[in-house]
Amino acid sequence: MPKTPLDGALVLIAAWGVIGLAGLLRPHSVRFVGRVLFPLSALCGLALAVVAARGVAAPAGHALLVVGLPDLPIHLRCDALACLFLLVLGAATAGISLFAGGYFRQGHGAAPGLLCLQYHMFLASMGCVLLADDAYAFMVAWESMALSSYFLVTTQHRLAEIRRAGFLYLLIAHLGAIAILLSFGVLQGGSWRFTFDSMRAAHLSAPWATVAFMLALLGFGAKAGLVPLHVWLPEAHPAAPSPVSALMSGVMLKTAVYGMLRVSFDLLGSPPWWWGLIALGAGLGSAFYGVIFSAVQTDMKRLLAWSSIENLGIIFAGLGLSIVFSGFRMGALAALALIAALYHCLNHAFMKSLLFLGTGAVLHATGERNLGRLGGLMRRMPWVAWLTLIGALAIAGLPPLNGFVSEWLLLQAFLFAGDVPRAFVDMLLPVGAAIVALCTALAGYAMVKFYGVIFLGQPREPALAEAEDAGLLERAGLVWLAAGCVALGVLPVQVIGMLDTVSRALLGTTLAAPAAHWWLLAPAAARGASYGPLVFLLVAALVIVLTLLAVRLLYHRRVRRAPPWDCGYVRLDARMQDSAEGFGQPIRHIFQPFFLIRRELPSAFDRLPRYHMEVGDRIWRYAYEPVGQLVRRVADLVAVLQQGRISTYLMYSFVTLLVLLGVVL
Amino acid sequence: MNNVPVLLQLVNACAAGLLLLSFAMLSQRRIVTLVYLLATQGALLCLATLLLAWRTHQPHLYISAGLTLGLKVIFLPWLLHRLIRRLDVYWDSEPLINASVTMLLGLLIVVFAFGLAQPIAALSSTAARSTIGIAIAVILLAFMMMITRRKAMSQVVGFLSMENGLFFGAMSATYGMPMVVELGVALDVLVAMLVLGVFFFQIREQFDSLDLHHLESLKEKH
Repeated sequence: MPKTPLDGALVLIAAWGVIGLAGLLRPHSVRFVGRVLFPLSALCGLALAVVAARGVAAPAGHALLVVGLPDLPIHLRCDALACLFLLVLGAATAGISLFAGGYFRQGHGAAPGLLCLQYHMFLASMGCVLLADDAYAFMVAWESMALSSYFLVTTQHRLAEIRRAGFLYLLIAHLGAIAILLSFGVLQGGSWRFTFDSMRAAHLSAPWATVAFMLALLGFGAKAGLVPLHVWLPEAHPAAPSPVSALMSGVMLKTAVYGMLRVSFDLLGSPPWWWGLIALGAGLGSAFYGVIFSAVQTDMKRLLAWSSIENLGIIFAGLGLSIVFSGFRMGALAALALIAALYHCLNHAFMKSLLFLGTGAVLHATGERNLGRLGGLMRRMPWVAWLTLIGALAIAGLPPLNGFVSEWLLLQAFLFAGDVPRAFVDMLLPVGAAIVALCTALAGYAMVKFYGVIFLGQPREPALAEAEDAGLLERAGLVWLAAGCVALGVLPVQVIGMLDTVSRALLGTTLAAPAAHWWLLAPAAARGASYGPLVFLLVAALVIVLTLLAVRLLYHRRVRRAPPWDCGYVRLDARMQDSAEGFGQPIRHIFQPFFLIRRELPSAFDRLPRYHMEVGDRIWRYAYEPVGQLVRRVADLVAVLQQGRISTYLMYSFVTLLVLLGVVL
Repeated sequence: MNNVPVLLQLVNACAAGLLLLSFAMLSQRRIVTLVYLLATQGALLCLATLLLAWRTHQPHLYISAGLTLGLKVIFLPWLLHRLIRRLDVYWDSEPLINASVTMLLGLLIVVFAFGLAQPIAALSSTAARSTIGIAIAVILLAFMMMITRRKAMSQVVGFLSMENGLFFGAMSATYGMPMVVELGVALDVLVAMLVLGVFFFQIREQFDSLDLHHLESLKEKH
């Protein structure tokens, strides 16, 4: 029996590796891989979550693994921060693996056993990223995470667009990895020892520390999908199979948050306040950019991918805010902002995984990702529909679910910042609060669109009538995640107690008033704003029940069945419903300058009128394409060397040899 | 030169023979003769190794000599002969630079090589250090031969001749490379040869000729 959390985590990560390899025993057996291995993996995830949750309060544990290259032992460390993210990894994986057991079937590109191997390597490498305590181990784990997820993204590698998405992902992942590597190179501060301990001990001058922070922000921001390095995210997430999208969005993006926290608070020590403003700006920009694009998408997984950009933006905003406050020595507020960011990490892992898995179930049942061909699925797939509803409500930030708690905490952190010493920061922070509120509202809009177009109304295609609800394993996975959303929403005081421990370990400060009562949350001050989700839940339930009773008993006493959303019109058909494009149209109008819209409108005399519209990303058009063209042009210049004649090529090496020998001479 | 022992004089003679053979290969257009020249070069190399081994009592040099004999004198020439017969290529076409110019360039290269060898020889303490210049010259001449030929077959001969030069250079500078390296190189040459043999058939299949200018069409178009 392992004694410390670190041992437990290591054993479970190794178990994932073994499960992955076991997939190769019978690579083509869906029954073996799906019914045996993936549920086992979910069990490991659950165990990891338990171990990590108990480990948050435990003192940090160290270990030294002497494997791999000679003279390069692997340093491992498991402290409160790592435990919290291991908890995210384990808890989300428990649901996702269960779902994946029912999801992966034959005909999904690669053989199930191979997918199982890649999937578990991905899990294990994420676990190693969180445990690594030297730059070498961290980078190896980080890169294996990128590579294994690349192979998962390109599961259906026969489609050209998926190969393209995979390439883009790999490209940005490597850009980010280079930035992180350089950041570690700066952080070692001349000692040339790359353990995190020596980085903590190194004293960097202010400019070098800034360079390290900026490189880290660039590197981890690329993984988190911060604008303008977000371009891979809306491509890679829809391309991957749904459990993989869930894992990438729910867990992998969080490793970027983990890395950023590790570098800025742990390795760099005490960050100055203006770094926080940069992170805050990047976060808010991403949140806003992500949410408006999410509202105009017509592909359900792409919509969720853009929404991930928004959520990661909010998390980075909380992180930045925490740096600002800790730079001004406002300990309690720094802790509050940090806790809001961490809480949102936990929440997003549950709700975004839940939504991605929901789209996976819909995709399996209908074979459609395009919102324009879905609709009315609630009747055919009640389990998926109701469970997804919980996720949609949570991510829209409605109480008493979990999304509300973290966003409320973040807003509290913004609004209580009354006496920041710098006047202009003081003026900027309310603007930030306004942007967060705007993003939350727009996220609600996007979720109404997502849920309404897929599950409500009438089916837009006749084939949808044959859609079948998810299987048992898939339902179990969804139920677990939905239960997590509810639990995180209803019991915030208990969760915050745990997050406070992380904050104490990381910042050295805690909340001013962690909890008023076990049911009432009042983070900033005991007599300040407070929130009791259970009270809210009870009142809401009471109001609903009373209204129902009132209508049933006092009003007309009968049940009337009518087609949904017919507005009193008698012969409503599916084509008259609001479409995904139509629903996004107001957003498209209001935020037109941000979009690159290409539209073909039919003329009044067309026999076969066609309407076509594409919403493009201006950043792609004006930042990435010119770079791509430049690279191509430079490559053309180099191509002059390529003559196609072997003698010429030999000549190159001959002349080089002679010149080098001449230099030696 | 009077006080140089007979054995070493014989090694020097072998070295001179190697250089001469390199020049002969540079100007030779019959591919069968090229292979004979290559085999002779290998035999001379083997002889020089044996002499050095006798002189310095280094047992591993005997193994090297045996390896050279088996691989470069017997097996590879036999393989090349078989390829020539089966592919029916006996003549190389006109080289890119004509023979006399090539010879003159070759002379310049030998001068360069000897100039280059002087500081190395001064550092070295082996018995055969005076032949390092020749070894470098053989390498460079073989390289030049590869550049000036059109047929893939002659380029392979050039490649093998270059390997001879490298081997000789290592031997005269430090009594041969470590055994592991030498075995590895021998294996590399063998594998390269076999792969190239396959390639020849593929190239001929594709272009009906072993002339390498056909490969120019593989260049990316702009």
